[in-house]
Amino acid sequence: MKLLVPVKRVIDYNVKARVRADGSGVDLSNVKMSMNPFDEIAVEEAIRLKEKGVATEIVVVSVGVKQAAETIRTALAMGADRGILVVAADDVHQDIEPLAVAKILKAIVAEEQPGLVLMGKQAIDNDMNATGQMLAALLGWAQATQAGAIEVAGDKASVTREIDGGLQVIEVTLPAIVTADLRLNEPRYASLPNIMKAKKKELVEKTAGDYGVDVSPRLTVVKTAEPEGRKAGVKVASVDELVSKLKAAGVI
Amino acid sequence: MSTIERESMEFDVVIVGAGPAGLSAAIRCKQIDPDLNVVVLEKGSEVGAHILSGAVLDPVGLNALIPDWKDKGAPVKTAVTSDSFVVLGPAGSARIPNWPMPRLMSNHGNYIVSMGNVCRWLAEQAEELGVEIFPGMAASELVMEGDRVAGVVAGEMGKNPDGTPGPSYEPGMELRGKYVMIAEGVRGSLAKQLIEKYDLSAGHEPQKFGIGMKEIWEIDPAKHKEGTVVHTMGWPLGKNAGGGSFIYHAENNQVFIGFVVHLNYENPYLYPYAEFQRFKHHPAIAELLEGGKRVAYGARAISEGGWQSLPKMTVPGALLLGCSAGMVNVPRIKGNHNAMLSGIAAANAAAAAIAAGREGDELVEYEQDVRTGPIAHDLKRVRNVKPAWSRTGMVGSLMLGGMDMWVASLFNRNILRTWKHGKTDAAATRPTKNYRPIDYPKPDGKLSFDRLTNVAFSFTNHEESQPCHLKLKDPTVPIRVNLPEYAEPAQRYCPAGVYEVVEDKSVPEGARFVINFQNCVHCKTCDIKDPSQNIVWTTPQGGDGPNYPNM
Repeated sequence: MKLLVPVKRVIDYNVKARVRADGSGVDLSNVKMSMNPFDEIAVEEAIRLKEKGVATEIVVVSVGVKQAAETIRTALAMGADRGILVVAADDVHQDIEPLAVAKILKAIVAEEQPGLVLMGKQAIDNDMNATGQMLAALLGWAQATQAGAIEVAGDKASVTREIDGGLQVIEVTLPAIVTADLRLNEPRYASLPNIMKAKKKELVEKTAGDYGVDVSPRLTVVKTAEPEGRKAGVKVASVDELVSKLKAAGVI
Repeated sequence: MSTIERESMEFDVVIVGAGPAGLSAAIRCKQIDPDLNVVVLEKGSEVGAHILSGAVLDPVGLNALIPDWKDKGAPVKTAVTSDSFVVLGPAGSARIPNWPMPRLMSNHGNYIVSMGNVCRWLAEQAEELGVEIFPGMAASELVMEGDRVAGVVAGEMGKNPDGTPGPSYEPGMELRGKYVMIAEGVRGSLAKQLIEKYDLSAGHEPQKFGIGMKEIWEIDPAKHKEGTVVHTMGWPLGKNAGGGSFIYHAENNQVFIGFVVHLNYENPYLYPYAEFQRFKHHPAIAELLEGGKRVAYGARAISEGGWQSLPKMTVPGALLLGCSAGMVNVPRIKGNHNAMLSGIAAANAAAAAIAAGREGDELVEYEQDVRTGPIAHDLKRVRNVKPAWSRTGMVGSLMLGGMDMWVASLFNRNILRTWKHGKTDAAATRPTKNYRPIDYPKPDGKLSFDRLTNVAFSFTNHEESQPCHLKLKDPTVPIRVNLPEYAEPAQRYCPAGVYEVVEDKSVPEGARFVINFQNCVHCKTCDIKDPSQNIVWTTPQGGDGPNYPNM
């Protein structure tokens, strides 16, 4: 079975996001970027499925700027087999919306015929949590979101979903879309020898136009603002003082 | 010793560190011979992530390396338009007029740059030429073959806190080269091993250092004057230490504001970070920053020994580049140009040797180039400024050093002979009994910030489940020796708040020494300044450490 793993290049999770001076979005110039952590988990899970003999080939795809090739290379270094880069933007500040990504992925699915699409449940940059679901709808496939465990047997996959207040196990018929949650696994390091070998793996470059998808934005960002800073607290000397302050604040 | 099985790979040239020196060497190697197999290892998560510099760049090195850098879009755009030197008092300031300044101090023709971004661009140029660059890969060990340096080990990851291999352990690999270029920057961990092992400082003065701290501010456009360079001396350091500040007006309404404290200070109560924060409250500085926003913070040690302290720079199979040897010109407050020139010199020597069928020997041609070429010319004539400061203080150094530089720039020789630096910075630290604690003002959260808040703006991070990369030779020294003698100065000299002494009644000593290695910004000050020379800085897992944008 072939696995398709879409990955997104996002602002690194260590970087403190800063709003651009004109309020148009988060400043990404010369900021460290890396693979969306949830996608990294999806890549790891795909590699594990291959190691178990469930999957035969792992194809990684990324939609975005040219530099997303680095993100695909990381996945190849971890153990994926080949990559497809869909260049859809010149400027790192231009985010490709979930619907456009889902349409491009749909076209790639038609070409590649994967048995399972494994992807992060959401990207940490704008937290849409939408691409996987949209892709499932466009394809008419089953979906299992927020996966904490995946078991594949025959043409069925049993997926443990992380939901409010517990876990839910569902069974889907393949082909299907599964989106990875945080506890699915702990991704491996891309080792230096494997990074070197990954440079020789196949990486095909396409454009959004090749798939006939219009990526122009449908959403308008009205304003981006930083959260308000935390206000300074006060020290109280006694329990009575605390109680009276809480009463004054109308909390109790 | 452990016997870890590692893959091994052969290269022509292995370069440790993707800074201005290492990248210049890589580029020049490929310019000379496109078939050379050149690899660059970088411990930062990406190129530029660990680069911290002022910086006013003298483009002499860039001109020599990539003459058409302007057409190739180098991020070197802000020409210096105004340049002044100011001595600060507690409330006022006096500008030193430009006319008595030796010509070599002038910044005419130089550029205000983010050296991190310059390195990102250099890395692109190098990759286009076919250089292989691997960020996130720390070169942690030397590979020796008898007396010869044959390569380095890089990319070891996933160790448990006790040093044993963890579940996702990767042993890394050996990268072997005909020549290994160590371009780790100031006080690099491999360079330090080489200097000790081959006694490379013998016959040279000890290396001297400073700690430089830098913040990037976005300020009110009305106050921003792109291209303006200001350097200050004097307040708040006074007689406690040598040092000063820089204020560079860069692009996009940003100001690079930095503060340097020479690490030969004697008073162990001195708190360089707090001096920096206090400095910003000087009326002249506060006025500039008010209403602005600090967007990044970082710190890095600086080599200040100059000409006298340059060690021997070659051993069989390896050479020291840039600030791994120490090539900063202190009075000019610049080193990047020499770093780049040293990279070019190293590449010239290595490429010629490889073409002649040599490998693994000492590239004495490189050292000759450094000691007689443009780097020597730059460093030699200013060699007495720093020792003059150490001996006579700020005013004396301005007069004596200035006079010496004038004569050197007019007649190409110095009136003073070469002065010695004397002690190491660690040995310069004196016990607390001669001093009283210094009372530093509390940060106000607007112009000045507490240390941990600022460290968050270096975007540093270290995988927590790894061995602490800051090693103590003797774990009892901090509490047994440094605390009673020096009030453990690590608590103060570290600009990232890594070291703490915590009261603990449950241990007989009454206190514990805590190392918060996750906060480390890789400045190396602890390795330099610890009066007991008990702290050894080693590389943590690759990719860890600060993530500087635009530094």
